[in-house]
Amino acid sequence: MTRLRQLYPQLLALGVVLLLIGLISPGFFSVTVQNGRLYGSLIDVGVRVAPVALLAVGMTLVIATKGIDLSVGAVMAITGAIAATLVADGHPVPVVLLVALSLGLVCGLWNGVLVAFLDIQPIIATLILMVAGRGIAQLITGGVILTFNDPAFSFLGSGAVMGVPTPILIWLAMGLVVGLLVRRTALGLLIEAVGINRRASMLVGVRARFLILATYAISGLCAAMAGMIVTADIHGADANNAGLWLELDAILAVVIGGTSLAGGRFSITASLIGALIIQSLNTGILISGWPPEFNLIVKAVVIVAILTLQSPAVAEELGVLRDLLRRKGAKP
Amino acid sequence: MIRARHLPFLATVLIFVLAYALCVLQFPNMLSFRVLGNLLTDNAFLGIAAVGMTFVILSGGIDLSMGSVIAFTSVLVAVLVRAGVHPALAFALALMVSTGFGALMGLTIHALKMPAFVVTLAGMFLARGAAFLLSTDSVPISHDFIKLLKGLFIRLPDKGKLSFLAILMLLAFVIGVILAHRTRFGANVYAIGGSEQSAELMGVPLRKTMVQLYAFSGFMAGLAGLAYTLYTSAGYSLATVGVELDAIAAVVVGGTLLTGGSGLVLGTLFGVLIQGLIQTYIVFDGTLSSWWTKIVIGLLLFAFIVLQRLILLVSERRAAIRSAAGG
Repeated sequence: MTRLRQLYPQLLALGVVLLLIGLISPGFFSVTVQNGRLYGSLIDVGVRVAPVALLAVGMTLVIATKGIDLSVGAVMAITGAIAATLVADGHPVPVVLLVALSLGLVCGLWNGVLVAFLDIQPIIATLILMVAGRGIAQLITGGVILTFNDPAFSFLGSGAVMGVPTPILIWLAMGLVVGLLVRRTALGLLIEAVGINRRASMLVGVRARFLILATYAISGLCAAMAGMIVTADIHGADANNAGLWLELDAILAVVIGGTSLAGGRFSITASLIGALIIQSLNTGILISGWPPEFNLIVKAVVIVAILTLQSPAVAEELGVLRDLLRRKGAKP
Repeated sequence: MIRARHLPFLATVLIFVLAYALCVLQFPNMLSFRVLGNLLTDNAFLGIAAVGMTFVILSGGIDLSMGSVIAFTSVLVAVLVRAGVHPALAFALALMVSTGFGALMGLTIHALKMPAFVVTLAGMFLARGAAFLLSTDSVPISHDFIKLLKGLFIRLPDKGKLSFLAILMLLAFVIGVILAHRTRFGANVYAIGGSEQSAELMGVPLRKTMVQLYAFSGFMAGLAGLAYTLYTSAGYSLATVGVELDAIAAVVVGGTLLTGGSGLVLGTLFGVLIQGLIQTYIVFDGTLSSWWTKIVIGLLLFAFIVLQRLILLVSERRAAIRSAAGG
């Protein structure tokens, strides 16, 4: 997969963020086992990051094809609503999973068809579902916050396997499966080719339309999974607030991970680290005892700092600087 | 002759008139200056914001910070007035801050060569966070000057009122139309939206235009914030979440291409009015939930996007035929 060296900037940023939080609240790194389950702030980061991490996996592929998926938050609300409705009606968990995942897939395919076959700009094509999706979710729940009590389904959000909380396992597994799928086959390379130059890739025989459709479908699946985790976690579906603005966090995670919004080279691992950075910031601000009003400001400042360092303009400047230094070093 | 690129605009106007006629058929009371006046007043802040958004989208960019800037200016004004500052001074200060904020985002987008999407997203967090810092509670405003402004209106027939807010929004659209079609700035924005590279080669000052553009959009967001403050008589940092999406939807339904370079400011007015009309219909009906608004707007968005694709395809084919005949 991605070479470790290419992940240095993201790993460094994550390390700095974690270190700063550790300095402010020393208890941050302590992990204990209670009732056969891991507990601690670090574990909490891993659990809370699950929705954004899952979305980031799908979003990375979409962005690599030079697209964007604004609808993932709304898809989370839709799938969460349908899952809650089915669970509340007493349907068994496998049925619920199957229906919700298929619905996510359908949403993804809808976006994919609009982008790949009708050639509609991704940002607009997915805006449709982003705007209408919450209305559809409200339609499913009947405008109320549906609650349910089903230990089997709640396991997705609050259970643990061998002491590790389920959400962590789910996002790690999804990242691993999709990562292996695109990097152990030629798929990843082809997706990058489509993102860099769709016409050229089509001319050499890449089935660009199909690939683009597939990336949106995967994004829809990831959103469905994220929606179910959130629903299982809060034991209910809130069509208004489930996944609200998470599409923006997911896009940020991908951008922090170094995948360009202009498409091309991507790294799922880096996006996952990006998601971890965002979540560490959230958790860190929360447990450091700062007033929550600072949350958004700190987040904005850190993000601007990271993005500025990665921006093409600064990268050029740094490149020039590096060349100058090298030349100076070579002279004597 | 009707130009093909004005077809989306004409379609929007037609849809608005047809939809209004259908509403009136069902509820004859909707055909009154009172309803029309309220339609304008209730959507004033959205309309003002949408003018700014139209320019940004015409340039091929996007401004996601709008809803947050609206909330920020309304909280800023409320806090300043509470501290004893005269509202007029508070208004001026708020507009200066929002314009400066927009200009800074424009400069960042240009200087760092980063997508407008990402920069204005960070701006969205920043403005919302700044609003939280000022106050997390809803801050009520009561001042004679505010009451005076709220009391201003032009009387229309049968108890209708064209309120100060409605006039402000219509004024914003007039300014927008003049800026877009009668000034160099407007021409530059259209040129950048058509092709940034060509515009630069033709001598359009990119940096200056980008800064002006986002400053204008920030100014309009600030003005929308003032309108919102007048409308609700309060400043609340959690208000107007997602208004930027409504504004984008209004712009697209109004016939502006999201890729930039093509569209009319006046179309946005009808985009806003269509959204308002759906809400008014839901209020009149009484049994439908307000989330139908979202679904209908989504469907409209879809219809318009497909319409624009078709027009583009037809005009491309026509151009191809013409060039084939010429060559």
